[in-house]
Amino acid sequence: MAGTSAAHGDHNDHHEHKPLTFFQRWFLSTNHKDIGTLYLIFAILAGIIGGTLSVFMRMELQEPGIQIFHGLAQMVYGFEGDAAIDGGKHMFNVFTTAHALIMIFFMVMPALIGGFANWMVPIMIGAPDMAFPRMNNISFWLIIPAFLLVLLSMFVEGPAGGYGAGGGWTIYPPFSTAGQPGPAMDFVILGLHIAGASSILGAINFITTILNMRAPGMTLHKMPLFAWSVLITAFLLLLSLPVLAGGITMLLTDRNFGTAFFAPENGGDPILFQHLFWFFGHPEVYILILPGFGIVSHIVSTFSRKPIFGYLGMAYAMVAIGAVGFIVWAHHMYTVGMSLDTQRYFVFATMVIAVPTGVKIFSWIATMWGGSIRFTTPMVWAIGFIFLFTVGGVTGVQLANAGLDRALHDTYYVVAHFHYVLSLGAVFAIFAAWYYWFPKMTGYMYSEFLGKLHFWVMFVGVNLIFFPQHFLGLAGMPRRYIDYPDAFAGWNAVSSYGSYISAFAVLIFLFSIVEAFAKKRVAGDNPWGEGANTLEWQLSSPPPFHQWEQLPKIK
Amino acid sequence: MKNKAFAVLAALGCLLFASTAFADQPFDWQKGLQPAATSMMEEIRWFEQYTLWFIVPVTLFVLVLLILVVVKFRESANPVPSKTSHNTAIEVVWTLGPVVVLLFLAIPSFQLLTKQLAPTEEPELTIKATGFQWYWGYEYQVGEAPLSFDSLLLQDGDRAAAGKEDKGVYPRLLAVDNELVVPVGKHVRVLVTAADVIHAFAMPSFGVKIDAVPGRLNETWFKADREGLFYGQCSELCGKDHAFMPIAIRVVSQEKFDTWLAAAATNVGEANKALMASVDGADKSVNVAQNAAQ
Repeated sequence: MAGTSAAHGDHNDHHEHKPLTFFQRWFLSTNHKDIGTLYLIFAILAGIIGGTLSVFMRMELQEPGIQIFHGLAQMVYGFEGDAAIDGGKHMFNVFTTAHALIMIFFMVMPALIGGFANWMVPIMIGAPDMAFPRMNNISFWLIIPAFLLVLLSMFVEGPAGGYGAGGGWTIYPPFSTAGQPGPAMDFVILGLHIAGASSILGAINFITTILNMRAPGMTLHKMPLFAWSVLITAFLLLLSLPVLAGGITMLLTDRNFGTAFFAPENGGDPILFQHLFWFFGHPEVYILILPGFGIVSHIVSTFSRKPIFGYLGMAYAMVAIGAVGFIVWAHHMYTVGMSLDTQRYFVFATMVIAVPTGVKIFSWIATMWGGSIRFTTPMVWAIGFIFLFTVGGVTGVQLANAGLDRALHDTYYVVAHFHYVLSLGAVFAIFAAWYYWFPKMTGYMYSEFLGKLHFWVMFVGVNLIFFPQHFLGLAGMPRRYIDYPDAFAGWNAVSSYGSYISAFAVLIFLFSIVEAFAKKRVAGDNPWGEGANTLEWQLSSPPPFHQWEQLPKIK
Repeated sequence: MKNKAFAVLAALGCLLFASTAFADQPFDWQKGLQPAATSMMEEIRWFEQYTLWFIVPVTLFVLVLLILVVVKFRESANPVPSKTSHNTAIEVVWTLGPVVVLLFLAIPSFQLLTKQLAPTEEPELTIKATGFQWYWGYEYQVGEAPLSFDSLLLQDGDRAAAGKEDKGVYPRLLAVDNELVVPVGKHVRVLVTAADVIHAFAMPSFGVKIDAVPGRLNETWFKADREGLFYGQCSELCGKDHAFMPIAIRVVSQEKFDTWLAAAATNVGEANKALMASVDGADKSVNVAQNAAQ
């Protein structure tokens, strides 16, 4: 890229140089690749914290009775005796709440959108950077205080005799208002506000970039599917997050300024909050999975050495999922006492989503059909994704039926379902993307052995955690329980062992990063061969600090 | 007509899956829904099995396709990839195929939902259940003075005094001090609300789950087919003791229910003991003669 600098003249000189100091480069960054790297590091750290919380929960649930949380409450908060038991019970709820919030807002979203999309979307569409580089910077630096607020909330008072916000990530009032008067919930609400602002700014940035900065010749219908998936995700963020912001602002004023939006004793309605929350919350789960859809499409195509099957169908299936995702929210609320007709509508609308989702699954398989498949680490993760997402998808079709959901709502069946689509869907997509783009981002090749070991240990681990939870849910074990009747002990123990195996898999993952940087195997510009035909593979590995100073031409 | 066919299928399904039936609480290594004590739960169980006939084949189909692809189209088996990227016919098939499957699911699904929310019978007994942090309060809308009592988790220290030492019948975390008592074969309407935060009234073997929301009066119903002691648990996160506010319903004959109701008007604890004695038999710790005197 150095050759092009002369053509631009002196005043453009600063474009060609990296910032001078470490502080300038990493703290004042306006470079989409550096910001993407920051997001990825942040997501890994947050993922470790969120994952650790879940391992503590599984340790607690390994056997009936209260195992560790009274001890944890004693250690962390200094409770003694019965107060430690009560504090521990609340602490368990705090852990479930924090695990969910961290994994959603501070692990999956930063990894997929802030990390991989930031890194790859501008390159893939032939743009030099994001449309608003400084806004990109503030998007990242807002997420840090948001995360700190959520972490800090665990150490300030929640309800009487407990620390932290323990209302679940759904923070339903009145438990999140009158039920927990301490400031912990305010910390969480403020954290969500800031994380939401960060995501809205990011969404504006992606929409502007993708709609305005595509290389000459790259029409929307020639745009890579990952860019499509991020464009749709950004619209979902832009339209849904303000609703959450409104809802939690009302929650905040109910808590602190005497309003009564959700307080029935003064004419408010707790169910109104649930509608507002899920109007955001349901699109949110598609926000978590759609970028993964895009990633898997690229990986499957690359390693089958075939173009994506039914490209337009794939793109518009995502559009359809995004659009219908906005009108199914109350399927999370079948038991709140909605009228028959309301429930009928939400059953119908929810089932419709299975159709475009099926199109995606079958199109991925059709992409592989007739291909010449190489089972590299990212491909193995992508194939794992397709199967496990299917398992989570079909249980979703069951849960869509309000009549059946009556039995399964708020049981472990739901926990198993959403972890199959998110923990085994979105997270598998993140790992697939990590191994797929690791050589491009760092210039080094990861170890195939460690990558595949990571996959198989993780695959066994997460299935051991979540498959038995289907059985627990059918048998009637409710969610968010610190202790359960002795009959549930068997499958809970299996589930806990799976959690330890998965935690070990994460250690393999971390070791594989260290190993790759230690061994410094040079990856080359395009380690994946002719199947990898999106624009990022035409650049060096790692790409130059600023790419596409001469815009690529798309045929 | 369709409903009858479903009922027959449901009955057959029950025979097929009856190996573990007739426990009124979850059991070790359970893999399916709890056995039904109402025809509603019978239908939910049937519908769950019915959906499995679609989703398991779909999942296996995807798995088989993936295995086929992995075996047939790996690099060593198929070195030259095809360039196919479109096939309108197959795309139409895999769009319309799922639509047909969903129609097969939707029809019984809507029938089940309608049955749940639009009961055809008039209620013969109305009970109000109120969720508190962290116990349930029950109120019987009968006679001039409604009967009301609280139902709390049975503490281990109170087992002996309550005559509930048998953990097989009164399991840890499920047994309560005062059960909700209802007559068998009667349409019971339950009005559900909460006093502080949201709870949820759930009884798995009845196919009942409805949120208890402060300021709202939700309604559900059940009609128990058989006598017995049934257990459920609070199903909406409500605070530190969310896992410690179970729901226990004792279904008895109308005659025993009437006796209990009359006795409970003056003393719920004694009425429960008398009822337990008449249900569980003379081998329990309660003195039968003393109960007869009441």
